[in-house]
Amino acid sequence: MSQDNQITDPLLIAGREYRSRLLVGTGKYKDMDETSRAIEASGAEIVTVAVRRTNLGQNPGEPNILDVLPPDRYTILPNTAGCYDAETAVRTCKLARELLDGHTLVKLEVLGDEKTLFPDIMATLKAAEELVKDGFDVMVYTNDDPIVARELESMGCVAVMPLAAPIGSGLGIRNPLNILTIVENAKVPVLVDAGVGTASHAAEAMELGCDGVLMNTAIAAARNPVLMASAMRKGIEAGREAFLAGRMQAKRFASASSPIEGLFFR
Amino acid sequence: MNILLNGEHREIAEGSLMSDLLEQLALGGQRFAVEVNAELVPRSRFAEHRLNPEDKVEIIQAVGGG
Repeated sequence: MSQDNQITDPLLIAGREYRSRLLVGTGKYKDMDETSRAIEASGAEIVTVAVRRTNLGQNPGEPNILDVLPPDRYTILPNTAGCYDAETAVRTCKLARELLDGHTLVKLEVLGDEKTLFPDIMATLKAAEELVKDGFDVMVYTNDDPIVARELESMGCVAVMPLAAPIGSGLGIRNPLNILTIVENAKVPVLVDAGVGTASHAAEAMELGCDGVLMNTAIAAARNPVLMASAMRKGIEAGREAFLAGRMQAKRFASASSPIEGLFFR
Repeated sequence: MNILLNGEHREIAEGSLMSDLLEQLALGGQRFAVEVNAELVPRSRFAEHRLNPEDKVEIIQAVGGG
């Protein structure tokens, strides 16, 4: 996030440059201390939060997530998790904007059912349209459908975020070819959001040309979340560099790495 | 009069302003946002927003989430 020195290969979202291409959620951790240590280890600059009722009259001294992750240090990305219709998603974004003093970057997700947590695309499109019109910078969770991704981009979403697999499943990228098509079509950043389970999945997303990966459970549900956060950071970096480097062509048969010429025994 | 505050019934004085309610709740330096009957009430209007009987008031905050 630091703008003081030039960032090589920055991630550009809604006019702002980021050094890290790993975005992390802040849910499911054991406590605030583990949350902050894992997020520190991940190197993430953009962190998601949810919007929920304040616990009234209970333990007013209890630390809030924004005390642990101060908005002057992290870009806070409020989500609409738990919303199953466009109306509540829009309400949630408006509350988040007020909560964060006019901050317009939001992660829109409108869910279709509890078993799959797949997005309700009709409702997502409706909410996205309304939010864009209202001046929000919308990063949108969607399925791995290139046609829907294209539509969300043309509506003015600032990033399109197809799932790799169901939220919290850790299954990895189920449909890499669709993710590739989405990446190839898009002019806005494409981030894989949801379904990543381990560092190789994150690397794979980046090798496909994704601009970043957003994850939560893969880190929070690891036996050692802080170590996994570090692994994810490296997976993202490795995958990005491999993508930029341009991988070799895969071949069916062998190709010796040492020269044939100059063999002294034949 | 009765209002529904974060899903629970609460008795407050007739004609209370939003700022009165928030003062009673002693939310201190916490970051929060408020909506009444599914409409956002901006901070700048707390001192003039008068509550009505049976209003549904939601006070929200940021929590950990993915």
